[in-house]
Amino acid sequence: MGMIDLTRVLRPHPVRAPASGISRRRSLWERIHLDPWLLGMLLLLMASGLVVLYSASGQRLEAVIAQGIRFGVALAVMFFLAQLTPSTLLRWALAVYLLGVLLLVAVELFGDVGMGAQRWLVIPGVIRFQPSEMMKLAVPLMVAAYLSRQELPPRLRDIAVCVVLIAVPVVLIARQPDLGTSLLVTSAAVFVVLLAGLSWRFIAALAVIAAAALPLLWMNLHNYQRQRVLTFLDPNSDPLGSGWNIIQSTTAIGSGGVFGKGWLQGTQSQLEFLPERHTDFIVAVLGEEFGLVGIVAILLLYLLIISRGLWLAAGAQDTFGRLVAGSIILTFFIYVFVNVGMVSGILPVVGVPLPLVSYGGTSSVTLMAGFGILMAIHAHRRLLPR
Amino acid sequence: MRKNRDNLKSPEQALRIFRVRALLAVVLVFAMTGLLMGRLAYLQVVQHEVYSTRSEKNRVRVEPLPPTRGLIYDRNGVLLAENRPTYNLTLVRERVDDLDATLALLVELLELSDEEAEAFRLRSRQRQRPFQPALLMSDLDEDQIARVSVNRHLLPGVEVEAQLLRFYPDAEVMAHALGYVGRINAEELATLDTGRYAGTHFMGKTGVERFYEDELHGQAGLRKVETNARGRVLRELGRTDPVPGQHLTLTIDRKMQKLAYELMDGRRGSIVAVAPQTGEILAMVSAPGFDSNQFVTGIDVASYRALQENLDLPLYNRAIRGHYPPGSTIKPFLAFAGLAEGVITPDRAIHDPGFYQLPNDSRRYRNWLRWGHGRVDMERSIAVSNNTYYYSLAHELGIDRLHDNMSAFGFGQRVGHDIFGESTALMPSRDWKRGRFNQPWYPGETLSVGIGQGYWQVTPLQLATATAVLANRGQWVKPRLASRIGDSPVPERVPETPPDIEIPNDAWWDRIFSGMEKVMTGHEGTARRTGVGLEYRMAGKSGTAQVFSLGQDQRYNAEELAERLRDHALFMAFAPTDDPQIAVSVIVENAGGGSTHAAHLARAMTDAWLLRDREPDVEELREAMEDDDGRVAGN
Repeated sequence: MGMIDLTRVLRPHPVRAPASGISRRRSLWERIHLDPWLLGMLLLLMASGLVVLYSASGQRLEAVIAQGIRFGVALAVMFFLAQLTPSTLLRWALAVYLLGVLLLVAVELFGDVGMGAQRWLVIPGVIRFQPSEMMKLAVPLMVAAYLSRQELPPRLRDIAVCVVLIAVPVVLIARQPDLGTSLLVTSAAVFVVLLAGLSWRFIAALAVIAAAALPLLWMNLHNYQRQRVLTFLDPNSDPLGSGWNIIQSTTAIGSGGVFGKGWLQGTQSQLEFLPERHTDFIVAVLGEEFGLVGIVAILLLYLLIISRGLWLAAGAQDTFGRLVAGSIILTFFIYVFVNVGMVSGILPVVGVPLPLVSYGGTSSVTLMAGFGILMAIHAHRRLLPR
Repeated sequence: MRKNRDNLKSPEQALRIFRVRALLAVVLVFAMTGLLMGRLAYLQVVQHEVYSTRSEKNRVRVEPLPPTRGLIYDRNGVLLAENRPTYNLTLVRERVDDLDATLALLVELLELSDEEAEAFRLRSRQRQRPFQPALLMSDLDEDQIARVSVNRHLLPGVEVEAQLLRFYPDAEVMAHALGYVGRINAEELATLDTGRYAGTHFMGKTGVERFYEDELHGQAGLRKVETNARGRVLRELGRTDPVPGQHLTLTIDRKMQKLAYELMDGRRGSIVAVAPQTGEILAMVSAPGFDSNQFVTGIDVASYRALQENLDLPLYNRAIRGHYPPGSTIKPFLAFAGLAEGVITPDRAIHDPGFYQLPNDSRRYRNWLRWGHGRVDMERSIAVSNNTYYYSLAHELGIDRLHDNMSAFGFGQRVGHDIFGESTALMPSRDWKRGRFNQPWYPGETLSVGIGQGYWQVTPLQLATATAVLANRGQWVKPRLASRIGDSPVPERVPETPPDIEIPNDAWWDRIFSGMEKVMTGHEGTARRTGVGLEYRMAGKSGTAQVFSLGQDQRYNAEELAERLRDHALFMAFAPTDDPQIAVSVIVENAGGGSTHAAHLARAMTDAWLLRDREPDVEELREAMEDDDGRVAGN
């Protein structure tokens, strides 16, 4: 049995469901490689998101429809990725990673400037594309693919390779500048390394180095990024400038109280005091109109999704699958934590959306692509006794 | 760990590590979510009140509703100060995408000069509270409004706002009497009741506008409105209406005021006409005037400098602040003082050799007629304006009694009932001189005061008031400008009117008046030319005030001096003598002899008031005056 397991790890080839006799017993869900529980909760989250979005967009039905269409696209992407086998993903990991890095370099050279940052790659008339977004999946896939071929827990040499694999795209993204995405890419990749069993001594050492590197990071931040951190420390230092967002969002949430002001009744939200209320700050609308009850309900839904995701990850039958699945679901949590933490004023303002609630196509597609991969890993496990 | 690595390289090892780490991750995820929930609970439960208040403050704005300023009418209901809608161009910077482009377009649309455009840009960059409109330009004309309106879609954040602005239809004529409103400045702001003045940008600066500021202004109201973050008003939540200012009815007669201003005919000086029985001011002119409307919107620097540097001092309210030696116009008052103090009797006469000498003093105080008037009694002393009689009278009275008696007529005091910025001018006394110069009073100085020269200075309003009191046979009235506030009469103020003036023999008033009538109609009266054709009894007195003192025994021809060194011409009069309806004081600076110029103007005023039905012929009067100006006139 040990031998069998070993071959599986070293040679994680696609393993089709073996006997046709078994396939007869498979349910519809298994045949389409989707997890009904996870999908159900995601759909519930999307539906709740659309309800909040209708209010947050100033009751513009077009925004809700546009978001619905994006969700449709995202679900299609999820469905497609769920059909791939983990071995396909493993095979393509390096190619996708290299393509991503290449595109990031292209952004650096020819990128389109939008909203003060150079993030978009535009082939005129064809496509507008944000390569950093695909790196949220490509980097953890690459790191997991690498580590899954090594003995675990990883050795120092492996860690060094991983650091290079992570650092190249993250530096390129941070230069755009896009703090939020580089943070998410880093955490996704670091989760892979942590779940692979990075030794505690190493983690402690890394923490020390990170703390020591903080001043260096500070010196390399853009002025507006520094300003955000300073504002986070004292929002009232510039109440009409960069502090405005945080003051208005905490005011919105705080004034919501336990039960909220009611759907479409939030004065902060409806009277446009709240900035970016339908994108990054949408949770403030939720908090104002649905109160503590509303936010806690959504947070519990997130917790359920994360728990289910981790359960699925733990059930994956090879290291690559486990690492990828675990990283995807934990990164999903990072989205939630950073976004809610920022809007409620316990974290500095970083451009991270509230997953599947904030208005925006790219992040929804990326997130659902992640869930597609997660489901693929889950659905394609070999049904063998332990 | 190292030991483990060598021994255990199995997938189970990796799986076990993963499960431990995953479990740890679940714990961390729950802990961090708990942290978030704790933060949210803190905001939404513990701090809920704080944020509720803040959110409410965000949304609700209290907007002041400034009251409409009361209008000002003349005694016949003619509008003297109104509120005219004007249009201002404002800009909310937060709503403008490209400030430079917007300003450039506005400059083009409004066809501004480079200089104006620069001022425009400066104003747009003034520090403002967010979402508060900055005033770019006031008083747009219709053409400009139209051009901005047509292009509104290109000009987000730019608004044309209507505002009521004070307007004075007869600005130049009324400027000094009415005063004007202007922008509230920082100093005034500190003293004003901010609640009452919320949203008001103007207040009375001088004149009636200032004195009756409280009544004219009214009380600001307010409305609570819900706004969005851009400051746009969405709906009204509640309101308290403003209390508009009360209308003010003046005692001024616009026709009389206008006539007086025209009579001045570009000369410097003042005419004040008072109704003696009531103290109502019928006209109060200081010439030259100025366009007070310029001060409402804020006068530009060049125009203001021009007014300031104008040698004719148009901003100077001569009627209440001008200090003039009264000259011989005060002789009737001195005659009264002599009678009241028992120094003279109406019939006792003196012999005038052409000069007066103090005992033990060789200096000769000259009569204006070099060879003297011979026998002069009281009435004749007034009619011919004899100096020697008054030198003697003043010397016998002494400065103390002279001062007290003249003060009783209001000289040296503020006499107005509701006049803003009135000067006391100067009634000299021993105490005053000691305080001012630390010198004793010399007897010679009493003689100068006795003919209205020396230190004695009066304002035209004081002279008119004293004339009114004289015409009233000593009964005091304070001159006033306003008769009604809204629908009720102007309340009396305490402490009130000075005590009435009494004389031992009431008939002596008539003797003084008789002397003054002889000024107008006597065969040797100094204003006999003016008195020709009088249709009512008129009592008057001429006066001349020297602009600078000349050496003794030195006669001069007024025409040889530069115009500005010529004597001031003064005249005081009331009519009809037996039932006084109007008392007038006239001062024409550097006019020459008082009996000619000023007297004609006084007569024109009394004619206009008493013969109201007839149109006065200013042209004819002017010709008569020119005719007279060539002659050497009496004092």
